[in-house]
Amino acid sequence: MDAVILARIQFAMTIGFHFLFPPLSIGIAWLLVIIEGLGWRKNDAAFVSLGKFFGKLLALIFAVGVATGIVMEFQFGTNWSVYSKFVGDIFGAPLAAEGVFAFFLESTFLGLYLFGRNRVSKGVHWFSILMVAVGATISAFWIIVANSWQQTPAGFIIQNGRAELTDFWAAVFNPSTMVRFLHTIDAALIAGAFFVTGVSAILILKKKEVELAKKSLRLAVLFGLIVALLEVFPFGHEHGRQVAQTQPEKFAALQGLYTSQTGAPIALFAFPTEPPPELKAKIEIPGLLSWMAFGDINARIRGINEFPKEEIPPLFLTFVSYHNMVVLGMYFILIMGIALYKVKRNTLWNNKFILKVLAWSIPLPLIACQLGWIAAEVGRQPWIVYKLLKTRDAISVTVGAGEILFSIILFALIYILLISTLLFLMNKKINAGPEPAVAKEA
Amino acid sequence: MLNIIWFLLVGVLIIGYAILDGFDLGVGILQLFTKDKKEKRVNINAIGPVWDGNEVWLLTGGGALFAAFPIVYATVFSGFYLAFMLLLAALIFRAVSFEFRKYVESDKAKGYWDLAFSVGSLLPAVLYGVAFGNILRGLPIDKDGNFLGSFIGLLNPYAILVGLVSLTMFTLHGAIYLTLKTEGAHKERMTGMINKLWIAFVVIYFAATVFSFFEASYLFSTVMKNPLFWLLLIVLFGSIISIPVLVKAQKNGYAFLASSVMIACMTLLSALSLFPRLVPSNINLDYSLTIFNASSTARTLETMLIIALIGMPIVIGYTIFVYRVFRGKTEITKESY
Ligand code: HDD
Ligand code: HEM
Ligand code: HEM
Repeated sequence: MDAVILARIQFAMTIGFHFLFPPLSIGIAWLLVIIEGLGWRKNDAAFVSLGKFFGKLLALIFAVGVATGIVMEFQFGTNWSVYSKFVGDIFGAPLAAEGVFAFFLESTFLGLYLFGRNRVSKGVHWFSILMVAVGATISAFWIIVANSWQQTPAGFIIQNGRAELTDFWAAVFNPSTMVRFLHTIDAALIAGAFFVTGVSAILILKKKEVELAKKSLRLAVLFGLIVALLEVFPFGHEHGRQVAQTQPEKFAALQGLYTSQTGAPIALFAFPTEPPPELKAKIEIPGLLSWMAFGDINARIRGINEFPKEEIPPLFLTFVSYHNMVVLGMYFILIMGIALYKVKRNTLWNNKFILKVLAWSIPLPLIACQLGWIAAEVGRQPWIVYKLLKTRDAISVTVGAGEILFSIILFALIYILLISTLLFLMNKKINAGPEPAVAKEA
Repeated sequence: MLNIIWFLLVGVLIIGYAILDGFDLGVGILQLFTKDKKEKRVNINAIGPVWDGNEVWLLTGGGALFAAFPIVYATVFSGFYLAFMLLLAALIFRAVSFEFRKYVESDKAKGYWDLAFSVGSLLPAVLYGVAFGNILRGLPIDKDGNFLGSFIGLLNPYAILVGLVSLTMFTLHGAIYLTLKTEGAHKERMTGMINKLWIAFVVIYFAATVFSFFEASYLFSTVMKNPLFWLLLIVLFGSIISIPVLVKAQKNGYAFLASSVMIACMTLLSALSLFPRLVPSNINLDYSLTIFNASSTARTLETMLIIALIGMPIVIGYTIFVYRVFRGKTEITKESY
């Protein structure tokens, strides 16, 4: 196989694996800020015990997040040297800022949070989990700045064969940074909420510390419903509008719009085929897409047919991953809505079916995140930096296909080992359950 | 000027990494020589709360190199491809082994993750020196700035010798750190290790220096005239000699300081003799990547300087705070690894 394909498989595999953990780390960390906060302010032993329990799970997930992140930090240089030279003047700064402002913060305070419970005051201990959550969020911000810049470049000129910075703030707040940041962070909060909800549901099903689990479940379901609603509207909606304006060919691919039209319909369900591009078995609502993207039922939207053949992204993958993400987004609202209703009516606790559904839903937000990134990144092809540099021209010139293949196999094996060990240990921790809440200290 | 500042700042990050992660890599290597289960546990918990923050110095160093000297980042990282993949694999195993070894139950499984932890510490410690050795002797860089060498070429005798220098140096540094964290017989055993490691380090370091004169004589052509070189050399020798003296006098805190100074001086000496080159070419010295031809634009360097000036004091502030919280002898509690 040629080096370009291998380098892409390598990148997709390592980043995809890494991104299983950041959403959980960010989401659980913020929920722990609430849980530990309640434990501290209300002096509530139940929340203290829950904090310890979920804190241990966070530590496990965080460790794998860190381990897989290290690979990413160096991968631009090892696998994409031409790209690194091209974007270095712009891209390096966010990456360095991420280290200085975020990685130090989260990892230093995580150490304090995990080991400092009895060494610092309760307030400082709470502050340490807050700093972990803030650090992880800032880290997401800076890496998303870098990614957004390659989607919608701004604040630069092309000179000396590379992109050179002219306006730092324009590069940082390029047209897609804020929408992407909010959408991704909210996705992380959803992942955290489903994790805490699902784990609590497992505890209730197994009759382990049921009273504690009810408390965390209540909290996480309410939180989860709010963030799930926000994800669809406004964040998802705004993200779609931004793509329509800044990357029209990607938008056409996401929506399966193959010929330009006014009053474009939204495709709820379809099976895309290529070539020639066509949607089979489709269900559509006329005019809705034009209205959602440009606020006008009759707005004209450009279809795939308007763009040069060599500049359109793979259609099937982009369409399918985007639509499944949206479907999952709707499902999250639905299931959290039902759960909250049952919690309010106090009927959830005996409803084995819903509890089981909640437990099995733990991985779904992570799948939605993967689908979202596939839609965003595959939809950007053939560009690695939109309209400026093609992916196939960006790989390391001195690295052979054999070397890349070797590293793919190496990392695949390591990752399989990591994920199976992690799942095994988490399962064990969850089955052990939280410690019983000790009676209140005065 | 900005280019020189960034040369120094990248240097500071590398030194920060070597001093801080240096001791916890050293602890990982010392685990190989620790048989007692309780002592193993104390060792790992001595670095438990701080190792991740320490490793971030490496990540930020990588980020800063990318930002300030993208050409170096791209050329060296793609050139050292397989070596990097090994390093990354080592760092992955190391990072997860803390948590994983804590929760696995059987002694056998614990043993595996202990091994992963030690090998994951040993490899980076050696590769640190191997990388330095290769850069000091120059890399096959052509006039377009491409690396023409091979993985095997990186494993030349000189680079391996420098790798052994960093290995013994970090292990020594780790042993001194552990004397600050342990008590009784455990501490005595570490003190014994220090003496042996010190001798090994001095012998290997001496051999490597002699080797340098043959392998990388260009390094010495101008630097010998620089008074700073002699100053650093005196401080370096002073700190090396003071280590066993201070340990004997039970001033282990100062001994740790001395070994930190030693690491800083070694790195600074290499930096000084390379300057203004970052990666010398051994095909033709004129093809070398320097702080001028491999850098980002002035605007980017300036922006990053602001980021560093705002961020790093804060980082150093809370790092000191956390070290103070965990100062003193390591205790094993319920939360420990
Ligand atoms: C939206 C968020 C997000 C995204 C898109 C990425 N990461 Fe990440 N990364 C995080 C969010 C995050 C985090 C939440 O901050 C992590 C995950 C779990 C953790 O422990 O920290 C982390 C860990 C982490 C670490 C270890 C940090 C440490 O030691 O504390 C590195 C070096 C990277 N990442 C680098 C990258 C690079 C180079 C990426 C792009 C290709 C990337 N990450 C994508
Ligand atoms: C964490 C979530 C992310 C996921 C799941 C993800 C997913 C992917 C996937 C699936 C590809 C392959 C596309 C293809 O080759 O057809 C890709 C490519 C790429 N992504 Fe991302 N991405 C993520 C974040 C990022 C970030 C934050 C950056 C940069 C800062 C980035 C930079 C790149 C680059 C440089 C490529 C080029 C390789 C290629 O096009 O194949 N990605 N990504
Ligand atoms: C109806 C609901 C949703 C809409 C309309 C929507 C919209 C979008 C759009 C248009 C993109 C592509 C952006 C681009 O190509 O540049 C995207 C990407 C993404 N989506 Fe969604 N989304 C929805 C729900 C969700 C849900 C529920 C999750 C996860 C829990 C999620 C996670 C992501 C992620 C991680 C990305 C990639 C990063 C990014 O570009 O922001 N989305 N979304």
